[in-house]
Amino acid sequence: MTEAIKQPGDYAVQLVDLYKIYKMGTQEVRALDGVSADFDKGSFWAIMGPSGSGKSTMLNLLGCLDRPTSGSYYLSGRDVSILDDNELSDIRLKYLGFIFQSFNLIPQLTVEENIALPLYYLGWSAKERTDRAHSLAKLVGLEDRLRHRPTELSGGQQQRVAIARALSNDPVFLLADEPTGNLDSATSMEIIELLQKLNQEGKTIIMVTHEPDIAKFARKRLYMRDGKIQKVEG
Amino acid sequence: MKLSPGRFYRDVQLGIKNLMLHKLRSCLTMLGLVFGVGSVIAMLAVGEGASAEALEQIRRLGSRNIIITAQKPADEQDAANVRVRISIYGLLYEDEQRLSETIPTVSRIVPVKMVQKSARMGKRTLEMRIVGTNHVWFDLVQRPKIAGRLLERRDIDERSNVAVLTEHGARRLMATEAVIGESLRIGSNYYEIIGIVRSEGASEGAMQTPDQQTDAYIPFTAARDHFGDFFTQNKAGTNIRELVELHQLIVEVDKEEHVEATAAAIERMLGMFHKKKDYGISVPLALLRQAEATKRTFNIVLGAIAGISLLVGGIGIMNIMLASVTERTREIGIRRAIGAKQRQIIAQFLIETVVLSFTGGLVGIGVGLFIPWVITLVAGMPTMVSMYSLVLSLGISVTVGMVFGIYPAMRAARLDPIEALRHE
Repeated sequence: MTEAIKQPGDYAVQLVDLYKIYKMGTQEVRALDGVSADFDKGSFWAIMGPSGSGKSTMLNLLGCLDRPTSGSYYLSGRDVSILDDNELSDIRLKYLGFIFQSFNLIPQLTVEENIALPLYYLGWSAKERTDRAHSLAKLVGLEDRLRHRPTELSGGQQQRVAIARALSNDPVFLLADEPTGNLDSATSMEIIELLQKLNQEGKTIIMVTHEPDIAKFARKRLYMRDGKIQKVEG
Repeated sequence: MKLSPGRFYRDVQLGIKNLMLHKLRSCLTMLGLVFGVGSVIAMLAVGEGASAEALEQIRRLGSRNIIITAQKPADEQDAANVRVRISIYGLLYEDEQRLSETIPTVSRIVPVKMVQKSARMGKRTLEMRIVGTNHVWFDLVQRPKIAGRLLERRDIDERSNVAVLTEHGARRLMATEAVIGESLRIGSNYYEIIGIVRSEGASEGAMQTPDQQTDAYIPFTAARDHFGDFFTQNKAGTNIRELVELHQLIVEVDKEEHVEATAAAIERMLGMFHKKKDYGISVPLALLRQAEATKRTFNIVLGAIAGISLLVGGIGIMNIMLASVTERTREIGIRRAIGAKQRQIIAQFLIETVVLSFTGGLVGIGVGLFIPWVITLVAGMPTMVSMYSLVLSLGISVTVGMVFGIYPAMRAARLDPIEALRHE
C-alpha cells in the first residue's frame, strides 16, 4: 500500500510540540514533554506505555478534557488548544466520542437514554433521539435491551452501550481508554472486534491501553515513555 | 443552546426524575420549607384576623371624628360619706360654642345628652339609654337606616317628641318594624317612633362607641326640655345628683390630616376652662394609627420569624444538594465529558432545587390554609388568609431554593471533569 502525501485535512488529529507540565511544590513534572504526532483519518491507533509514561495525560488532552501548557492540537485542522472550557465542551459534544474502562453509564437512565444523552445536549428532539438510539443499539446488538438499566446488563453489554453512546454524535474519532480493562478475555475479544469492525467501516479510533494483546488489533501503535513518544509502529 | 419550552420541560422532567429516585430524602428536604411557608401563612392569617376586627371597629367610629366624653373626676367618685350631694362636671353648652367658634378646622359638632331611663311601649318596659342629639349625629356616626326616617333639622327646631330606635331595641320592645308610628313613653312624655337604625354592638374591651344596642335617639332640644341638666341616680342606697350639661360632644374635623392638631387644640381649650379634668378625649384616627402601627410591628416580627424558618429550610436544601453533588460527582463527570456545558450542569441542579422548593411551597400553602382553619374551629379566633401572603410565601420559598441551590449547582459545574470521572 503506497502512501500519498497527506494534507492537514486528512488528519483527524495533529499534535505539534505538545507540553503538559504540572508544578508540584517546587518540582516540575513533565507529563508530556514535547509530543508531536499525526493521527490520520480512518485509522485505528493504540497508545501504549507503562503507567507514568504520560498516556493518561495524552488521553485527557486528546479528549479535550484538559489544555496543554504549550503546543498545538489540531482537530480536523482546527486548533483547539486555545479554547476555553465552554468551547471545549462544545468540541467534545460535536466531534468526540468517549469509551471508558469503567463504562461510565448513568445508572438512573435507561440504555436508550444513555445512548441518546449526547443528543439531548445537542438539542435533538425526542423522536430523533429515539430513532438514533434504536439504530445504534441495533449496530451494537442490543436492540432488545433499550428499556433496561445499565445495572441489569453484563459488562460487555454495558461497554456496547457506551460504544453506541460514543457513536451517537458521529464523532471525528472515538477515544477509548482501556476499553477492555474491566472485561474478561472472551468479552474483551468481542469488544475489540466491534471496534475493529467500526474502524473497517471508516471510524477513526484512538485507544489507550497497556495490554499488548489488545494493542495488536490496532493498525498503528504509538509507544510512550517519560512523556515522550518512544516509537511508532505500523 | 437555545431556550425552548420543550427543552425546559425535559429539564424539569429530568429534575423530577432525579428527585423521585430519593423520595424520602426529597420529602424531608422539603419539610423545612413546607413548615416555613405554612407557618408564615398561618401566623399572618391569625394576625390579620385579629387586627382586622379591631381596625374595623375603630374605623366605624369615623376617622375624622373626635369624641369628647364627660367623665366624673376621680375625687368626686368617692362620695359614699355624703348622703346627698351634687356633682357638677362634664361638658358645657359653652364648650360646644367655644369649640365651633374658635377652632377653624372643626367643621361640625354634635352635642349629646345621655340618660338612662326606662321606656315603655304598650305593656313592655325596657331600660334604655336615651340619647338627646341632633340630625348631624347620624352623619358622623354612620348607621344604616333600616326603616322610617332619621332625626331631621325640623325635629330639633320644633322640639318634637320623636324617637329613633336601634334595631335591637326595637326588637326587644316589639318584634318588627311595625313599631314605627307607635308611641314610646319615656318618663312622663310620649314620643312617636319615626325610624330604626342598625345597632352596632361594641364588643368587650373595645373603645367606647357613641351608641349602644338599646338606644333611643330623640331631638336634643326635647331632651333638654324634658330632662333638664340634673340627673339623679340611685346607687347603693345613695342618691347621687349630678349636674351635667352635655355628656358627649362629637366633633368632626374638616380633613383627616388636621385631626391630631385639632385634638390637641381641643385639649388646650378645654383645659383653660375646666378646673378639673372632667372629660376625656378619644381620637379614633389616633387609635387607628396606633392599631396599624402595632399591626406593622407584629408583621415585622412575624416576618423575621418566618425569615428564620425559611432560612433554616434553605440551609436544609443546600445541605442535601451538596450531598447530592458529591454523590453524583461521577454522573457530572460523564455529562461533562460527553459535552455538557457548565451552565447546563448548573441548570440541572438548580432546576432540582426549584422543583423542590416550589413543591414545598405548594404543600406549605396547604398547611398554611389548614392551620388557621383549625385555629378558628378550635379556639374560635378570627383568622384571615390573604391572597398576598400565599403569593409572597410561595415566591420566597422559590427564591430561597434558588439562593441556596446556586452554590451546590456551581460547585457541581466547576468540578474538573477528569477528577469527576475518576471519582468512585
